[in-house]
Amino acid sequence: MQLRILCLAAVAGLFVAACDRPGKGGDDASTASIANPFPSTYTPYPSQTLLITNATVIDGAGGLIEKGSVLIEDGRIKEVGTDLKAPNGAATIDAAGKWVTPGIIDNHSHLGAYPSPGVDSHDDGNEISGPVTAEVWVEHSVWPQDPGFTRALAGGITSLQILPGSANLFGGRGVTLKNVPARSVQAMKFPGAPYTLKMACGENPKRVYGYGNASTPGGAPYSRMGNVAGYRDAWIKATEYKKDWDRFNAGGGSEPKRDLELETLAGVLNGEILVHMHCYRADEMAQIIDISKEFGYKVTAFHHAVESYKIADKLAEYGACSSMWADWWGFKMEAYDGIRENIPLVHNAGACAIVHSDSDIGIQRLNQEAAKAWADGKRMGIDIPIEVAWQWLSLNPAKSLGVDDKTGSLEPGKMADVVIWSGNPFSSYTKAEKVYVDGALMFDRDDPASQPVMDFELGQPGEGDRK
Amino acid sequence: MIRRMMISLAVLAAAPVALAQSVVVYGEKVWTGTSQGTLENGVVVVENGRITSVGTAPARVPAGALEVRAEWVTPGLISAFSRTGLAEVSGVDDTNDGGAGKSAFSAALNAADGFNPDATPIAVTRLEGFTRLAVAPEAASKLFGGQGFLADTTGLDGSIFKERAFTYVVLGESGASLSGGSRPAAWASLRGAFDDVRFFGARYMSHNDGNVLTRMDAQALMPAVRGEQLILFQASRASDLNAIMDFQEENPSLKVAIVGADEGWRVAKRLAALEIPVIVDAFSNLPASFSQLAATSENAKRLAEAGVTVAIVHLENDSHQARLATQVAGNAVANGMPFDIAMKALTSAPAQIFGMTDLGVLAPGGRADVVAWDGDPLEVTSAPVAVYIDGESQPMVSRQTKLRDRYRTLDESERPMAFKR
Repeated sequence: MQLRILCLAAVAGLFVAACDRPGKGGDDASTASIANPFPSTYTPYPSQTLLITNATVIDGAGGLIEKGSVLIEDGRIKEVGTDLKAPNGAATIDAAGKWVTPGIIDNHSHLGAYPSPGVDSHDDGNEISGPVTAEVWVEHSVWPQDPGFTRALAGGITSLQILPGSANLFGGRGVTLKNVPARSVQAMKFPGAPYTLKMACGENPKRVYGYGNASTPGGAPYSRMGNVAGYRDAWIKATEYKKDWDRFNAGGGSEPKRDLELETLAGVLNGEILVHMHCYRADEMAQIIDISKEFGYKVTAFHHAVESYKIADKLAEYGACSSMWADWWGFKMEAYDGIRENIPLVHNAGACAIVHSDSDIGIQRLNQEAAKAWADGKRMGIDIPIEVAWQWLSLNPAKSLGVDDKTGSLEPGKMADVVIWSGNPFSSYTKAEKVYVDGALMFDRDDPASQPVMDFELGQPGEGDRK
Repeated sequence: MIRRMMISLAVLAAAPVALAQSVVVYGEKVWTGTSQGTLENGVVVVENGRITSVGTAPARVPAGALEVRAEWVTPGLISAFSRTGLAEVSGVDDTNDGGAGKSAFSAALNAADGFNPDATPIAVTRLEGFTRLAVAPEAASKLFGGQGFLADTTGLDGSIFKERAFTYVVLGESGASLSGGSRPAAWASLRGAFDDVRFFGARYMSHNDGNVLTRMDAQALMPAVRGEQLILFQASRASDLNAIMDFQEENPSLKVAIVGADEGWRVAKRLAALEIPVIVDAFSNLPASFSQLAATSENAKRLAEAGVTVAIVHLENDSHQARLATQVAGNAVANGMPFDIAMKALTSAPAQIFGMTDLGVLAPGGRADVVAWDGDPLEVTSAPVAVYIDGESQPMVSRQTKLRDRYRTLDESERPMAFKR
C-alpha cells in the first residue's frame, strides 16, 4: 500500500524518475505503474570477467593511462590501472597498440523513429499535428529493427538518446537507450534514466506551422515571437496544472483530471524531466534561458547550438550543455554562422560541450567528429588533451541524460560500456574493434558471429554491411 | 601536427607583386600521384603557374621564389560531384540555384548560369584543399538535371573553366519519381529523349516539343547522345546499374560515368570491363532506401579492387560540405582501400573522369594546383597550411575564419563585438 501511494503521488507530482529508479521500495524499473507505464525490461547480457591489458586507456573522467589495464567484472568496471592482475578464470585481452575508452553516448539521435529504409511508412519522428505535442513519447515510434542501431554500435555507440524531431515547440518526450538489439524498445531502455523533453527554437516550428505548408498564414507560430508566446503559454498552463496536483496531494479538493501534455510539462517544472532544446542561434538561446528562469525550470542542453561560441560565457554561467556538430553549416539560415571551432570554444569558456550526430551516418564516427573539433581548436591555440576532449563523447552526454552516475567513464562500479579501438580513436583510420555493453560483447569486428544483423536486413543482398 | 609553414621574409619583402610568383614547396612527404609515388623530403617547384620540377631536396630555387615547408604536399584536390557555388544557404530557396522543379526545361538547364564565385562555400571548400570542382545541377523537373560544369575554387570571375562538361541524368527511385512514377517511365523518357535528339531535324521542324524534350533540351542533350560529352548517371541499385550498362552496350559510343552506385560492388567486374568510372560516397553503408540494400562501407574498396576507376565524394549537404570528401576517403582506407587509391579518388580519378588535363597529379608541366598540409591529408586532424591554384597563393580565410576570430574572446567591456574584424 505504501508503494501504491508513492506511485500515485508520483503521477500527481510526477516524480517519474523516483518511481523508475531501481531499488526504490521494490518499485524497480521492471514494474509497470501509472507513472512508468512502459518500464525498461533491459537486463545486461551475460558477460565474463575480463582483463584488458597494455592499452592506452582514456578513462573518460579526464585521465589517460599508457599501458593501462581495465578489469571488468559482473558487467561493471572493477578497476582501471597499470598493473592489474587477472582474477582466476578471467579472460584476458592483450591490447598492445590499441586504445580503450568508455562507450560513446550520442545524445541526439533519431534512430528507430526515422529508421532505414527511410520510406514514408517509417516517417515516425515528428508528431507534426500541432506546435505543442508534449504528450507524445518518441519511444512509441522507435522501431528496434532499425539497421542504424547496428551501424552505430560498430562505431562504438553504447547508449543514445532518441529524440522527437524539431517541428514542434514542444516535440514530446525523448528516451535514453542502451544500444543492444532487442525485440521491443522497452528492452533497450536505459534502466533508471530520467525522461527528457524535446523542445525547438527558431525556423522549424514557425516554418511548419506558421507557413501552413505554403498557405500563408497557416497557424501559430508564424514568427519567432510567436514561438516564444507558444512556449510561455504552455508553461503557464503547466504551472496551473502542477498547482492543482500539489493542492490535491496536500489533501485538498477533488482529484484533478490527468492531461498527458501537461503531465510532461509539469514533470519538467518538478525537475524530473530534463529539457533538451534544439536551438541554433545565440540570441535565441539567451531568450530561452530567460524563459526558463521565468517558469523555474532548467534547460539541460541546447542542441545543434551552432552559435554557442558567441555566448559560450553565458552558457557556462547558466550551466547548460551545448550538443554540437563539428562542422555542419549553411544548410539553413540559422546554421549560416557555423564554424569549425564551435566545440573547442565552448569547452574553453568552461561550458559543457557535447559532440552529437543527429544523423545515422554521423553517429557511426562521433570520435572522428570530436577529433576534427579537437584539431581545429589546437590550430587556433586551444590545446585540449585528448583525454579531456573525450568527455565530449561520453561523460558530458551522460550528464545531459542524467546517467553519469551509471556510465560515461571507466570508473569502478559503473556499467562496463567499453570500446577497444584499433588505434588512436582520433584518427580516420581507426575502427572500433570490440564494443561491450554492460560487459557483454555486442560487436566484434573480427568475428562475423558477433555482428548483429537486424530482421530487415536478413536475407537481403547486403545483410548488414559486412557481407 | 604543429603548423610548420616557413616563409622566407626577406624573399617575401623583395618579391614583386606579380601574378606568377615562383614557389618552392617542401614536404616531409610529397604525394605525387604519379610513378614517383610518395617522396620523402620532397620538393615541388612552381613557376609561371606550372609545376616545373618534382623531386627530392635539395632543389633549384628560382630567383625570388617563395619557400614553403609543410608535413605533406599533394596535388590540389578535385571534388568530383557537388553543388558548390550554386547555393549560399541551401534551405533558403532564393539563394539556391541547384534545381528548378517548376521549369519547363531540363537537359538545357546550364548549371554554370547559377554559379556564384562569391558564394561563401567556395572559400570554405578551398581552405580544406579543394582546388577544382565538378558541379552538377539537381534534377528537379525531369530526370535530366541539365549541364554540369568544371570550376576552380579561386572565387574569382572566370572560375569556370569548362561549361557543359557533362549532362546529369537521374535514374533509380528519383528518376522514376521524376518521370511519372516508375522505372519503366524513366527508361521510356530516356529512350524517348535519345530519339528526340537523333531525329532532331524532322521532329522539331514544325514543333517545339518532341516525345520527351523541348527543342532547347534536345539541342543541349545532343553532344551526350553523340558520345561527345560525358553522361553522368545517378543510380544505386544493382539492377539500375546493370540497366545503365545494358544501355551503354546498346549505344557503345556513349561516354558514361555513375554517381551514387551504392550497390556498385555487386556489378564491379562489369563496370570495370565497360570502363565506366563511378563516383561514390564511402560513408553510405545503410539500407537508406530499397535501392541501397547492399550498401556497404567496403563499396569503394571492392570497386577499386575490381579495376573500376573510383572517385570519392561526400554527398550529404553537397552545396556546403564537399570538403568532407577527405574524411570519407580516410574512412575508405580504414575499410580496406589502399591509401594511394583513396588519394587518387580525390585527384587523378576525378581529373580523368571529367577530362581535366594537367590536373590531379604533381608532375612537371602540370598546372600548379598544390596543397601544403600540416599532416596526412586523409586524417581528420589535418588541414592545409597553404593552397595554390595555377601557382597562385590562395587566401586562407573564409567567412567562417572571420567569425571564429571575432568570437575568439568574448570581451565586450569596451565595445560591442560588431567592431571586431
